[in-house]
Amino acid sequence: MSVLRVIVIGWLMHLKMLSRSWFNGVLGVIWPMFFSTSAFLMYGAGAPRRLATVAVGASMIGIWAAASTSGAGAMQHQRREGTLELLAAAPSPFSATLAPVTLAMSTVGLYSMVATVIWARLLFGIPLTVGQPAGFLGGVAVTVISVGMFGFLLSVSVVRFRSAWALGNVLEFPLWLICGFMIPLSLLPGWVRPISWILGPTWGVRAVHEAASGAVPWGAMGMALALSVVYGALGVWVSGRMLHSARANATLALS
Amino acid sequence: MTVAELAQGQQSVASRPVNFLRIFFIGGLMSYRALFTWLRPSVLIPTFLISPIFQILLFVYLGRAAHLASDSFFVIGDAIQFAALPCLFAMGNTIADERQAQTLSLVLATPAARLPLFLGRSLPVIANGFVVSVFALVVSAVMFHITVPLAAILPMGLAIVVCSVSCTGLGLVNAALGLRVRETAVTSNVILGLLMIFCGVNIPLAKLPGWMSATAAYLPLTHGIAAARSLAAGARPSTVAGQIGVEFLIGVIYASVGLLLLRVFENESRRRSTLDRT
Repeated sequence: MSVLRVIVIGWLMHLKMLSRSWFNGVLGVIWPMFFSTSAFLMYGAGAPRRLATVAVGASMIGIWAAASTSGAGAMQHQRREGTLELLAAAPSPFSATLAPVTLAMSTVGLYSMVATVIWARLLFGIPLTVGQPAGFLGGVAVTVISVGMFGFLLSVSVVRFRSAWALGNVLEFPLWLICGFMIPLSLLPGWVRPISWILGPTWGVRAVHEAASGAVPWGAMGMALALSVVYGALGVWVSGRMLHSARANATLALS
Repeated sequence: MTVAELAQGQQSVASRPVNFLRIFFIGGLMSYRALFTWLRPSVLIPTFLISPIFQILLFVYLGRAAHLASDSFFVIGDAIQFAALPCLFAMGNTIADERQAQTLSLVLATPAARLPLFLGRSLPVIANGFVVSVFALVVSAVMFHITVPLAAILPMGLAIVVCSVSCTGLGLVNAALGLRVRETAVTSNVILGLLMIFCGVNIPLAKLPGWMSATAAYLPLTHGIAAARSLAAGARPSTVAGQIGVEFLIGVIYASVGLLLLRVFENESRRRSTLDRT
């Protein structure tokens, strides 16, 4: 129960801090909208009948955008702020103090999602039609969780890499591409699809698309949640190993 | 020392050509190496070399899904757009990172003339923008089997250089904004995003709303990208010389506005004592 409390309170605190950041809060909303706007204009000019479908996926790219660059650099940020040692020394499990950071980052992506839906409706006249509202909200929630947990795994995996933010930055576009946010996976080369299947956001996006079209998305949601659990477990294991190594080698503040 | 005395000092320094050239070349290179914190393999390779390729992949596949244009349209547009990445961020860093290093007031207190001081900082950035763009263009052209006529290669290179110049001009405006806003990373990203939407990078200008395509005519990249696409399609260099000339002129205008804004904001920061505060 105390671990759950640490996660929930940590998530809330980080969400408040991120919401007041120009980089994460404001740019996090605006930056994905440049790409969703490009997609609206491109589909509007070339394939207008698919515009509504694309709008659903485009609205969600902000969730990954919020977690990729900032998530990869989450540990470095704590180090720069001088709080990494405090987190490492806290009696709570280290992973329970770090996972809320990336979960809060993916939650901030919801701001971008809402802004994009409003943007699409007001400027492009694209209505958001949802066949299964409960499934749609559930799909969005599992997308946030899967992105947050993937970001958590990413952040602890690249903790020894001083310029981790740059690595996260590089991963922004590939996941937009291979998770089917705006492009049907059938268009991509066959060898890409197995990679897409092991990415939780792929299933989250599929769930949201299915719910929007009126289908029941429980299968896709289940896959997204299952993969989130796998990412979480891997993240806990990796963070334990990394923390032990950093303590044993006295490199917590250096790497 | 008063502002008038400083200005007098700047004029006397500016009158010495050797000093001017020293500040322009050596000062510019030192500033670029010291301030542009992306000049490390761990940042430079993912940010300048890998990320552009992924953006090109994203838009090529988006273009195929939207049935909008050929692969070469997106490859050329996005590759050249990436010349703007170092041009905007590095120029923004010339102010923001000086402030972070607490050297901004020292730099602006020197009697060095502002023209070589800031223009010198832009020369390495232009070269950086060119290299990033050419790398992205060559790699993505190989990936998507895009060929260009042999005779078009040099003129396309010139178009990319001119685009780097014009984007650096806009970067100087961004640097000036750095004297007023703290988060130059935000302004750089916003400007980069606006260029991507407005300048015909991924959407043909004819398909944009009228006010957007009209605005695009006054922005960096628009004419350079159009010239490069025409050259790749087989147009003779003489037919696009006008577009490349307009692109260069736009760069000169933005650079002039940037230098002017730097002077205005610098003087205002001195009067209000806000140089290190903003």
